[in-house]
Amino acid sequence: MSNKLSIVCVSGTLEKLQMASMVASVAAASGDDVTVFFSMNALQYFTKDNAELAAPEEGEFGRLIETEGVPAFRKLFEQAADLGDAKLLACSMALDLMKITPDDLTLEFGPATGLTAFLSDAEDGRLLSF
Amino acid sequence: MSEMKVVDARNTFCPGPLMELISFMKRAEVGDEMELLSTDDGSANDVPQWIAKVGHELVSNEKIDDVWHIVVKKLK
Repeated sequence: MSNKLSIVCVSGTLEKLQMASMVASVAAASGDDVTVFFSMNALQYFTKDNAELAAPEEGEFGRLIETEGVPAFRKLFEQAADLGDAKLLACSMALDLMKITPDDLTLEFGPATGLTAFLSDAEDGRLLSF
Repeated sequence: MSEMKVVDARNTFCPGPLMELISFMKRAEVGDEMELLSTDDGSANDVPQWIAKVGHELVSNEKIDDVWHIVVKKLK
């Protein structure tokens, strides 16, 4: 039996993106049914134009994350999708405000998703917010 | 017995070793054994937990000269 885990990614800081990507990848690879919903400052790192954009550190730990050998958050989200079938969803409101579509995003994102659909999907599961 | 595949994840931090192992496990056949090399102490606990949760077999787990050697057999 798989557990359902929904993750809301809002912050654009390195530490929060890193933690969210770690939880998403490990949970998805362990058989959990994982959905990640990206909005606000978190979404910008996944556009084709910003594929190399670095996320700012929140504090000292962010500098440690940049130590060689810590997996990059983009790679961990990709592995969550590829190895664990995690669903990556972009908030439709964020897409509208940024004037982009899911085609402008680098990873395999699902359809533009509104809050009603996301909340319905997240019912009966755990929800974490970063 | 066929030659055991070695997954060298030395000098990567959590969850790097686990994700490296999982990507190899996905491509392996049921019954295959592989050996994960890791220098991350956290992974020495976390990887066996993952193996137990997902339902594979932990064959051995030992630290030799600062490197963890974790051998796992794919069961499904």
